[in-house]
Amino acid sequence: MNNKLQKQLLKRSKAAKLERLGKTVSFLALMLITVTVFAIIIFVASKGLATFFSNHVNIIDFLTGKDWNPNVTNAKGQPEVGALPMISGSFVVTILSALLATPFAIGTAIFMNEISPHRGAKLLQPVIELLVGIPSVVYGFIGLTVVVPAIRNIFGGSGFGILAGTFVLFVMILPTVTSMSVDALRSVPRYYREAALALGATQWQTIYKVVLRAATPGMLTAVVFGMARAFGEALAVQMVIGNAALLPTNLVSPASTLTSVLTTGIGNTVMGSLQNNALWSLALVLLMMSLIFNLVIRMIGRKGAMSK
Amino acid sequence: MNSKVSNQIAIATLYVIASTIVVILAALLGYIIISGLPALSWHFLTSPAKAFTAGGGIGIQLFNSFYLLILTMIISFPIALGAGIYLNEYAKQNWLTSLVRTAIEILSSLPSVVVGLFGFLVFVVQFGFGFSILSGAFALTFFNLPLLTRSIEEALAAVPDEQREGGLALGLSKWETVLHIIVPAALPTILTGVILSAGRIFGEAAALIFTAGQSAPALNFTDWNPFNISSPLNPMRPAETLAVHIWKINSEGIMPDAKAISSGASAVLVISVLGFNLLARFVGHRLFKRLTAG
Repeated sequence: MNNKLQKQLLKRSKAAKLERLGKTVSFLALMLITVTVFAIIIFVASKGLATFFSNHVNIIDFLTGKDWNPNVTNAKGQPEVGALPMISGSFVVTILSALLATPFAIGTAIFMNEISPHRGAKLLQPVIELLVGIPSVVYGFIGLTVVVPAIRNIFGGSGFGILAGTFVLFVMILPTVTSMSVDALRSVPRYYREAALALGATQWQTIYKVVLRAATPGMLTAVVFGMARAFGEALAVQMVIGNAALLPTNLVSPASTLTSVLTTGIGNTVMGSLQNNALWSLALVLLMMSLIFNLVIRMIGRKGAMSK
Repeated sequence: MNSKVSNQIAIATLYVIASTIVVILAALLGYIIISGLPALSWHFLTSPAKAFTAGGGIGIQLFNSFYLLILTMIISFPIALGAGIYLNEYAKQNWLTSLVRTAIEILSSLPSVVVGLFGFLVFVVQFGFGFSILSGAFALTFFNLPLLTRSIEEALAAVPDEQREGGLALGLSKWETVLHIIVPAALPTILTGVILSAGRIFGEAAALIFTAGQSAPALNFTDWNPFNISSPLNPMRPAETLAVHIWKINSEGIMPDAKAISSGASAVLVISVLGFNLLARFVGHRLFKRLTAG
């Protein structure tokens, strides 16, 4: 009898077993995500580094070479895999679209949060939410049918190029940067504004000297986030940039970005060949840049938090 | 210039900027809908695409998009729910948790083309799934997990602690409290997050061109046995989705009415996303009313 009771008391109850099971299962789900992230980094890195280790391409030549033509070997007997045209193409469209989008996004955010928080915000909020959701191929298609012909008419040439890519990316990142900037402005405490207005500042002085200063880290995060999105955007850019792996010399001639070469190239090369490995190296550059953007956002966050 | 004048100028400028944005966005939406609507018809929405001649539809692509969406949700929702529960209810403040959070952040900011390439390498090549719906669904799962996990975690965090205390005080275990009290209370918000992420999945293309493939073989819509190759439910067939179709016909399509087809398909995509957004609002609102006293 005692034995039986002891057994019963020492046995885990059904609820305790369930508790353990639930905790384990949910922990495993979380670990699955984490392991995936590391797997992505390791896989892409191992494929991307093969260009340098098994095909013996010099990494400096890869990053600074101006000729991208993996099927051809140059005078030194090295394949022509200079990624500079794509890397610079990616950076140029990213920076230009961010430069174009930032004033509009921050202006709209200020309008929504400070000037017309009721009527204006009510109108703009759903529009921006919807725009975040428009698929990137739709932006690409509009770029192709509206922006490219317009540029062709104004500047001549084919219309494909950095400028078209910049416009498409500008509209694409605008809603993201705007809604994050609104969040940044919203987190500025109300009494900052009240104090400034009580000191006799005009509305604009309050916004410019107080609210914007306080929201700077949040705004910077928003812009960097938009840049990260622009840098990684593939299809919309690929559709309008012209896909010529040349070093960009002006804004209206065909160029290419890391993502555009990847989307067009990876299906046409054989796994394990140099041509394929070189593309994976481009993917690795893309991955590294995405990690760097992430790091920058973290650093901004930390700095912003310290100054409070 | 005195401060009052500069105040007026600045505010006027802000009005101009905000209205420019509204005009750009309205023009964009108007253009998509107006140029797309003439192409829409029952025939267009249901008939298969044609490669060389005019008059093709988007029937198969539309079906593929929805099938892929459902499959992705079936795979990713349980994982995201588990991860969200652990992060919000169990995770302690330690290095492991912050590592996991960093990993999720990295995953959410990865370019979707990189996620697609990873899916290509692992599922299409290593596991030998080939270009298939299954490969596509796994790739989209990675694409979807970080945002879905975050939104579920936020939904759980918004449930007041009194609910947890109540459950524990009644003698429920922590897991039972979570399962029977916290998750139901957070359900409206969770569903809103799910529907919004469905909109994102529906329009995604870059992660799919190397995983679900760029071809849409003919389907036999009378055959619902998932093991037959021409069955719509077969998860191992290549499946071009609507978003991929738009990209494909614009970069290498040779049918004479490529522009009309892409206008129509774009309109369908945008209207669907709009529908998802409205549904998210409606469901969240309705369920919240139903499940709470408010």
